[in-house]
Amino acid sequence: MAGTGLFLCFFLVIHLLGNLQLLLPAAEAKEQFNWYSHLLAGNMLIKIISWVLLISIIAHAVYALLLAAKTKKANGTKYVYDKRNEVSPWNSRNMGLLGTVILIFLVIHLKDFWYVADFTTMALDKQGYKDMYSVVVLTFHQWWYVLIYEISFIALGFHLLHGFFSAARTLGLYHPKYVKIVRYTGWLYTAFITGGFMLIPIVVYFNN
Amino acid sequence: MKIYLKIWRQDSPATPGAMKNYELDDVSQDMSFLEMMDLLNESLIQKSQRVVEFDHDCREGICGQCGMMINGRAHGPLTHTTTCQLHMRSFKDGDTIYIEPFRAAAFPIVRDLKVDRKAFDNIIQAGGFISASTGQTPEANGILISHAIAEAAFDAAACIGCGACVATCKNSSADLFTSAKITQLALLPQGKVERTERVIAMVDQMDAEGFGHCTNTEACEVECPQEISVLHIARMNYEYNKALIISH
Amino acid sequence: MLDSKIPEGKLADKWDNYKEHVKLVNPANRKKLDVIVVGTGLAGASCAASLGELGYNVKSFCFQDSPRRAHSVAAQGGVNAAKNYKNDGDSVFRMFSDTIKGGDFRSREANVYRLAECSASLIDQAVAQGVPFAREYGGYLNNRSFGGVQVSRTFYARGQTGQQLLLGAYQALMRQVGANKVKTYTRHEMLDLVVINGKAKGIITRDLVTGEIERHAANAVVLASGGYGKVYYLSTLAMGCNTSAIWRAHKKGAYMSGVSWIQFHPTCLPQSGEHQSKLTLMSESLRNDGRIWVPKKAHDERKPNDIPEEERDYYLERRYPTFGNLAPRDISSRAAKERIDAGCGVGVMKNAVFLDFSKAIKEQGKEKIKEKYSNLFKMYDKINAVNAYEEPMLISPAAHFTMGGLWVDYELMTTIPGLFALGEANFADHGANRLGANSLLQASVDGYFIAPYSVPNYLAGELKAEKITTDHLAFVEAEHAVKQQLQQFLDINGHLSADHFHKTLGKLLYNGCGLSRTKASLENAIVLIRELRAQFYTELKITGDHTVNSELEKAGRVADYLDLGILMCEDALSREESCGAHFREEYQTPDGEALRNDKDYCYVSAWEWKGANAEHELHKEPLVFENVSLTVRSYK
Ligand SMILES: Cc1cc2nc3c(=O)[nH]c(=O)nc-3n(C[C@H](O)[C@H](O)[C@H](O)COP(=O)(O)OP(=O)(O)OC[C@H]3O[C@@H](n4cnc5c(N)ncnc54)[C@H](O)[C@@H]3O)c2cc1C
Ligand code: HEM
Ligand code: SF4
Ligand code: FES
Repeated sequence: MAGTGLFLCFFLVIHLLGNLQLLLPAAEAKEQFNWYSHLLAGNMLIKIISWVLLISIIAHAVYALLLAAKTKKANGTKYVYDKRNEVSPWNSRNMGLLGTVILIFLVIHLKDFWYVADFTTMALDKQGYKDMYSVVVLTFHQWWYVLIYEISFIALGFHLLHGFFSAARTLGLYHPKYVKIVRYTGWLYTAFITGGFMLIPIVVYFNN
Repeated sequence: MKIYLKIWRQDSPATPGAMKNYELDDVSQDMSFLEMMDLLNESLIQKSQRVVEFDHDCREGICGQCGMMINGRAHGPLTHTTTCQLHMRSFKDGDTIYIEPFRAAAFPIVRDLKVDRKAFDNIIQAGGFISASTGQTPEANGILISHAIAEAAFDAAACIGCGACVATCKNSSADLFTSAKITQLALLPQGKVERTERVIAMVDQMDAEGFGHCTNTEACEVECPQEISVLHIARMNYEYNKALIISH
Repeated sequence: MLDSKIPEGKLADKWDNYKEHVKLVNPANRKKLDVIVVGTGLAGASCAASLGELGYNVKSFCFQDSPRRAHSVAAQGGVNAAKNYKNDGDSVFRMFSDTIKGGDFRSREANVYRLAECSASLIDQAVAQGVPFAREYGGYLNNRSFGGVQVSRTFYARGQTGQQLLLGAYQALMRQVGANKVKTYTRHEMLDLVVINGKAKGIITRDLVTGEIERHAANAVVLASGGYGKVYYLSTLAMGCNTSAIWRAHKKGAYMSGVSWIQFHPTCLPQSGEHQSKLTLMSESLRNDGRIWVPKKAHDERKPNDIPEEERDYYLERRYPTFGNLAPRDISSRAAKERIDAGCGVGVMKNAVFLDFSKAIKEQGKEKIKEKYSNLFKMYDKINAVNAYEEPMLISPAAHFTMGGLWVDYELMTTIPGLFALGEANFADHGANRLGANSLLQASVDGYFIAPYSVPNYLAGELKAEKITTDHLAFVEAEHAVKQQLQQFLDINGHLSADHFHKTLGKLLYNGCGLSRTKASLENAIVLIRELRAQFYTELKITGDHTVNSELEKAGRVADYLDLGILMCEDALSREESCGAHFREEYQTPDGEALRNDKDYCYVSAWEWKGANAEHELHKEPLVFENVSLTVRSYK
C-alpha cells in the first residue's frame, strides 16, 4: 500500500510539473505542451512507466479492497452507538471513500486524455505534434468538467494529507524528529499538488 | 442526579444481544463510573433480575481489566482514562449513557460487557518476552542503560493491556498494544538479541488472532489510558520490515 | 509440634546449606510430576515460570481474564534490594535487621535473612527480563529511600514498579506457556483443596465462564493467591482479592498465622461517601518529598493554602524527628488516626490529613517533582479533580497489606505436606509489620528463588508415590461439597446482596479490629460478626444462573471473609500486647507508642481449624533471636 501509494505520489509531482506548462501564455503553452506530450508518447521508457503506473493504481485499489474486507472481518458486530469519529480525523477514517472518488476520476481522466492521445487520430499542430493542448483547453471549457476535476482534487488532497505521512509510518519512520519533518513535508506536498492541479482547470477555463 | 442507561445485554457468545434501558435516581457526582454500575446492580438484585456483568478488578487504572464503550467512546468521554477512573462528574443530571462491550472479532463477548482478551496473551506468548532463564542472571549494573532509553522503554512498557486501542480502532487493529511491547524490548540491550524473531512472531500472531490492519488513524493513542504513542507502531513496522529483509 | 525446618549453621550459611542438600529430580522424571500453582501475581507467575522452565508439568490458575492482571500490578513504590549501590552503608545484614525491626520482632530470623540475601538476585533477574527500572544519567540503576529505613535501597520503575515486575514475571510465564510447559487457566477460581492421605493432591475450581466445577490433580499444590485486606471492603486491594483459596486450605488442615496483622497504609485517598468501593493508594514514595500535616486547631474549616505555617501541625516531624515523614507505615497511620480522632482531620468527612509538596516544589522545582511523581499527581487529579501541584493532597490510612496468612516453614510448606504458600498468602517474613517495598521482593523471591528448590525437594519423594487421579473419592466429595455450597447460596433467596454483607463486615472489622483494638472492641466485633454470618445464610440474595455470575463469585468470597473476620478478632484478642500493626490500646507507653511483651508473646500464632462449630486451636511457634537483640522499636 505504502509502496504503491508513494510511487503514485511521486508520479503526481512529475505529472504536475509537466502540466504546469499549461499555465504559460497561450501560444507558448501550446508549443511547449504539445512537444512535451509528443516526447512522452514517443519514449519507450515513459510507455513502460505508464503501464507500471496503471498497474500500481490497480494494485493500490485491489489492496484497498482487501484491507476493507479484513477490516470488516476484524470488526465483528457493529457498535449500536458509535462516537469513535471524535478521536481521529475524518479523512483518515475514509481513505477508501476518498480513494474511490479518485478512482472514478481516474477512469474519466484517462478516457479523455490518455485514451484520446494514444489510441485515436488527432489534429496536428504547426510542429507536427498531436495537438493535446487544444484537447485540454476545449475540455476545460465545460464548467461541469472543471467541477468534476475540482471535487476530485479535493478528495485527492484529503487522501494525500493522510496518505503521505501514513505511508512513512507504514514503512517504519518512527523517530519523533523526522516524523515531524514528514508531517510538515506532507502538508506542503499536499498543498502543492492539490493547489497546482486545482489551479490548472480554473486558469484554463478563465483564460482564452 | 438522575441517569438513564442503555446497556448491551447478551447472555452468551452464541445468543444475540440487545440494548436494554435502565434508570438510576440517586447517582452522586463523586461516584466512579463503576460505583454507578454497582448501584445499578444492587437495584437489579432488589428486583430479582440478573446483574449486568462487567469486568473490573483494581479500580485504580492499572490492571486493565475494566473497559467498556461508554457513549460510543472507549473508556468513555475522557481521553487517556480507564473506565474505573472515570467519575460521574463527567456526566450531567438527566443524561442518557450508552454502554456497550469493547467490540472486535478477536474479543468475543463472554456475557453482557465482559469480553475475552485472550488474544493479547497469545500475542505475548508468541514472543513478547526476553528469553532470560529464571534464577541465574548477570549483575544488573553490568548492563548500562542510559536514562533516556530506560525512560523510553518504560513509556512503552506502561501498557495495561486493556484493549481500548482495539475497541476504538475502525480497523480493530492491535498494533498499538503489540508495538508497545516490541518497542520496549527492542530498545533495551537485553531485548535486542531476539528482536528479529520476536517482531515476526508477534506480528504474525496478531494477524492470526484476527485483528485488523493499522491505517494510522491514531484514535488508539487518544483513548489509551497510558498514552502509549503511535510512533511505536511505526517502530514496529520498521522492525518488521527490517526483519523481513534480513531474516532468511 | 510445629517444625519450621530451619537449616543448620550460621545465619548467613543457612540458605546455602539448604540449597546444597536439597533433593533433586532427574530431568527425565520432571515431566511426570504435576504442580498446580494458584495465582499469577509476582509469587505465582514467577513460581510457575520457574518450575515450568525446570521441566515440571505446571497448571497455573487465576480468576482474572489474564495472568497479567493479578494485583501485584498495582504496587507503585518500589522493591527493596541490598545492592548498596548508593554506598550508604547498606548490606544484607542491615536489610535483615531493618526488616526484623520493622516487623517488630515477630518474624523468623532465618527467613528474613534469606529474603535479604536473595534480594540482589531479584534485581538482576528483573533487569535481565527487561524491567525498565529508573536509571541515573550514567546508565546505572537508581534508588530511592522508603519508609522505615535510613538507606536508599528501593529500586523503582516510575510509580508502576509492581506492574513492571509483574509483566516481567508474566512474560516469563507466557514464554513457558508458549513452550507448552505451563498451561494457564484464567477466569478460574479455586474453591477447594483436595487432601488425600494427609497430602495436598489437587484442587477443585470453578470455571467462571461456563460455571463448570472442575477437578485438577497434582503432586503438589502451590497457593500464591495474594492478600486478604479486602476483608475490610474498603481497602487498597482489588475487588476480586479474596481469602478463599487459603481459607479453604485452612479448613482442610493448613494453619493460619498472624491473622489480625493488617497493615494500614498511611497515604491513601480518603473515603468520600457511602458509595465508595475502593481506597486508592498514593505511593508511599510521595513521603520522600511531601510533608504531612493537619491544622493545629481542631475543626479548622479554612482552605489548606490559607492556613499559615505556624498554625500547621507537622505531627510526624514533631513526634518522630529522626524519621519524620518517613516513619514506618503502622506508626504513620496510627499517628494520622490519632490526629483525626482528635478532631483535626480535614476533608469532607474529616477523615484525612494533608500531604503537602509546596516545600519540595520550591526547593527542587516543579519539573523535578513532575518527573518523579507525574503519574501519581495525574491520578490524583483524575479521581478528585484537584491539582496537587497547587494545593496539598488529602490522604488517610487504608487497609492495605496482610502480614498474616498460611503458616509456612522455611521451605514455604504449610502444615499440609505438598501444600506450599507463597507471596502475600503466607505468613512469613514481615512479622507484625511490613516495611514498604519488601513485599514485591518477598513475592518474587518466594517464586523465583525459593520454590524452585523447595518444591522439587518435596516432589523428589513423590516420584514413587501412587499416582492419584481425579476419580479418587476425595475429589468426588470435594466437588460435591463445592456444588452444594454454590446451590445453597442460590437457594437462600433472601433480600440482601453479597456486597451488603461485605460492607457491613468491613465496618465491623474496621471499628473492632482495625488500626487499633481493645479487648472490648474485639469481643464486641466477634459477637456482631457471628450475627452477621447467621444473617448471611438466611438473608442473602443472589440473582442469575450457574454460568457467568459475579454475584455468585462474591457470595463465596464473603462467606469466607465472615469466617476469617472472626478468626482475626480472636487472634487479636489472644495477643495481649501491642506489636507492629497490632495495636492494643491497653498496651501502650505513656506517650502512645506500642508496648511489646516479649516475655509472653514472642511467638508466631498458628491457628488450627477444628470444624464450623468448634473453636480454633492455637499453636505457637516460639521465635528465637540469636543475631539481633530485641529492642524497643523506636523511630524517634
Ligand atoms: C495498591 C498496592 C500497592 C503496593 N505497593 C507496594 C510497593 O510499592 N512495594 C512492595 O513491595 N509491595 C507493595 N504492595 C504489596 C505487594 O504488591 C503485594 O504484597 C504482592 O504483590 C503480592 O503478590 P502475590 O503474588 O502474593 O499476590 P497477587 O499479586 O495479589 O496475586 C494473587 C493471584 O492469585 C489469584 N487468586 C486469588 N485467589 C484465587 C482463587 N481463589 N482462585 C484462583 N486464583 C486466585 C489471583 O487471580 C492472582 O493471580 C502493594 C500492594 C497494593 C495493594
Ligand atoms: C493518485 C492517486 C493516489 C495516490 C497518490 C494515493 C496515495 C496513497 C498513499 C500514500 C497511501 C498511504 C499508504 C500507507 O499508509 O501505507 C494511500 C492509502 C490508501 N489509498 Fe490511496 N492513493 C491514490 C489512489 C487511491 C485509489 C484510487 C484508491 C481506492 C480505490 C485508494 C485507496 C486507498 C486506501 C483504502 C488507503 C489505505 C489507507 C491507509 O493505509 O492509510 N487510493 N494512498
Ligand atoms: S496500548 Fe493503551 S489502549 Fe492498548 S491495550 Fe495498552 S494500555 Fe490499553
Ligand atoms: S479496574 Fe483495573 S484498570 Fe480499571
